[in-house]
Amino acid sequence: MTVSRRTLLKSAAVSGMLTAVGTPVFANDIEELVIAYNVNLPSWDPTVGPSAVNPTIQGIYQSVFDMFIHQNPDLSFASGILTDWGWNEDKSKVWMDVREGVTWHNGDPLTPEDIVWSLERAGSSDTGNPIQFIWGKIGNFSIDGNRVTADVKEYEPTIFKWMSFLTGYVMPKKYYEEVGADGFEAAPIGTGPYMVDKFERNAFVRLKANENYWGGAPEFKTVTIKFVTDASSRTFEVMSGNAHVTLEMPYEEFDRLKEQDGIVGTATPISDIGMIFINDIEPMNDPNVRKAMAHAIDKKTIIERLLSNYGVPIDTLQTPDYTAYDPSITVPYDPEKAKELLAASGYGPDNPVSFKIQTTRGFKPKDYEIIQAIVGLWRKIGIEAEIEVYEIAKHYELRAADTLAPAAFYNWGNAIGDPTTSTGFAMFGPSPHSVWDGEDLMQKILPLWGEVDEDKRIAGWKEVDRFIADNALVIPLIQYVQPILHSDKVKVTPHASGALLPALMTRS
Amino acid sequence: MQIARALITRLITTLVTLLGAAVIVFVVIRVVPGNPIAMMLPPGATDADIDRLKALYGLDKSILEQFWIWIGNVVQGDFGMSITLRQPVYDLVIGRLPATLELSILALLIAVFLGGAAALTATLYRGTKIEGGIDVAGGVALSLPDFLWGLALILVLGVLWPLFHISGRVSPSLGFEFGSNFYLFEALARLQFNVVGDLIAHMLMPALALAIPLAAIILQLLKQSLKECMHDDYITLARTKGYSESSIILRDALPNAILPTLTLIGVQFTFLIGGTVIIERLFSYEGLGNMAIDAVINRDLPLIQGIVLVFALLFTLVNLVVDMTYAALNPRLRHA
Repeated sequence: MTVSRRTLLKSAAVSGMLTAVGTPVFANDIEELVIAYNVNLPSWDPTVGPSAVNPTIQGIYQSVFDMFIHQNPDLSFASGILTDWGWNEDKSKVWMDVREGVTWHNGDPLTPEDIVWSLERAGSSDTGNPIQFIWGKIGNFSIDGNRVTADVKEYEPTIFKWMSFLTGYVMPKKYYEEVGADGFEAAPIGTGPYMVDKFERNAFVRLKANENYWGGAPEFKTVTIKFVTDASSRTFEVMSGNAHVTLEMPYEEFDRLKEQDGIVGTATPISDIGMIFINDIEPMNDPNVRKAMAHAIDKKTIIERLLSNYGVPIDTLQTPDYTAYDPSITVPYDPEKAKELLAASGYGPDNPVSFKIQTTRGFKPKDYEIIQAIVGLWRKIGIEAEIEVYEIAKHYELRAADTLAPAAFYNWGNAIGDPTTSTGFAMFGPSPHSVWDGEDLMQKILPLWGEVDEDKRIAGWKEVDRFIADNALVIPLIQYVQPILHSDKVKVTPHASGALLPALMTRS
Repeated sequence: MQIARALITRLITTLVTLLGAAVIVFVVIRVVPGNPIAMMLPPGATDADIDRLKALYGLDKSILEQFWIWIGNVVQGDFGMSITLRQPVYDLVIGRLPATLELSILALLIAVFLGGAAALTATLYRGTKIEGGIDVAGGVALSLPDFLWGLALILVLGVLWPLFHISGRVSPSLGFEFGSNFYLFEALARLQFNVVGDLIAHMLMPALALAIPLAAIILQLLKQSLKECMHDDYITLARTKGYSESSIILRDALPNAILPTLTLIGVQFTFLIGGTVIIERLFSYEGLGNMAIDAVINRDLPLIQGIVLVFALLFTLVNLVVDMTYAALNPRLRHA
């Protein structure tokens, strides 16, 4: 959620004015569902370019296209275009059964050739698929009836989970080859619950229900998704009755508006967390400093005071929904212990340890304010942290170059809930996303990438998380909560991935 | 002959200005931290993936090399491909420019109408409470930035009395196929007044938000110029001939007082176009400014370059038009 300082100022100004204003006007019955969406849709191809890895856009993509494997709102996996899937005995092959009777939006039947073509295209380095490094691990596809089989070039335990994640979409072979990339961009088709009726770039997309959808036709026959990137304007859209559903606004606004007649608020935890990266440079090479930093943070109070209680405190990079979540791994708030740890290294309020902490401002809800609060808590025990505000683009660049400050705030999404896509990529030294390069941690993670025993793999990641928590190699803070405001005439089922899906909306 | 020479000189200056803007924007957006490749890295990407993506988007070459390739292509009309939108930059910019131009022109017309009418009224009723009231209104209009006017308008005319649309440029349900991107001009030309009404209902609030501060500036300057003219001898002569005060203001004072206002409008119009960036964002209006913000957030380097070049071209053209209009209206300059 992008909440800039400007947005907050505007929200504050507007809140005051709105107090004197009447209640919203809503249509009695909803013929056409209107959603005020928080991001633009840059491209219709969900498998290439930067938008393919933008988590917020996935809700629009998933309305038009199907993923290889369906994902339920609680992040569990279910039969979709692939009805069944698995490995052979020695895990040298994968197999996938393709659902029969599915049609593309233009009426063509979906075939196993579409699945093979989609996977081959995703794994080709020429197409610009940013997840090519995963898809390229299977190849030499063969088709027998409705079963697709492929050779495993390199064992990837999460390959099927990725089939519900970024770029894991089924694309129409015949149609795409007929119309080309530009033609597809102009008139995209998928097998999803909605078909594209009209698209005005940066303005709106109008969807109409796919009455032949294999999962059953959606309730709302026409859906208009308006791209309203300004948070204040989105809330105005719902208040005026111009939109029935919107998402991502400051929690204070959410709390105020959900009390109004005709508006309902839904807030649920999603697969997105806030954390403090720790770089293995001085003074972070001192374990006492790191552990003191972790024990001095009162996450519960921060969530209560700064996020209006919308957040879940976390002590590992796994949220309670994730596969490798282990509630026994805890890092309690203990300022006395933090003081002792610092004292053991010769630091204290009179002789503080100093370093820089980087944070975004307005990129995530109250990101800067949270870091300010943490710096205040640290100061009490003898840590003097200087805050540097940077843009998110700079964070990405510094992180990829492993030149972040000793401490840096960031968020991490993981819609498939697997530990490789949270702890794995965030903490494995050679990954461009990791800034902790400790050899001992690297050695613990290394064997888990190719672990074929699933139970052993998950247990191994839990041990890694315990090691990270015990040594404070990263400081997990919060699991974010997604605020959704909607008309009381619409029932919204939130998806834990954060995708806002019109197919899950019904009349209340 | 003199005019032709002046025009040629001006065009050369424009080209140099554009080249300067191109160099500055090209270098600056590559030097500041943050690059588009880092923005699109998924979890699990390796250094090899980073190199592959850099090569794919031509970012593996030196800045100088990238610049020569880009400027060589620009000269041939190829502005490159947008990294995020995966479409030719030229098509994107040309596609969005009409929306911003229509909004800016409508805002300018509103500003001139409001500011001009207020200045004439204040001059007519100078020294009365009406002038005082207009001065106070002008002060308020000037003291608030355009985006706050936008919010206030949304609140009053979008939520409290939902007369106008809060976001977008045209209603999704309109069902009208446009042949160009100049929606408003096209609808007017085709006499599709229901479409014109829908477009105006979308454009009026953002245009008003842009127009109000400019109207206040026009009011102040024009009123001051008119007041000065009202003490000139030819005004006294007109009065002795028995013309009415309103007729004197309109026929005698206004043509003389308008020249400095015209220059100011030209300068302020460029600021107004710049202001569309925030206002288009606030109203989710699909113009060039809205696209510029996305381009900067996503570090879409080719798109940023294209948009900045178009803005630079627009500003220089506006200044050129203002200078020519000024020369045409002022005989002393015309014959200089």
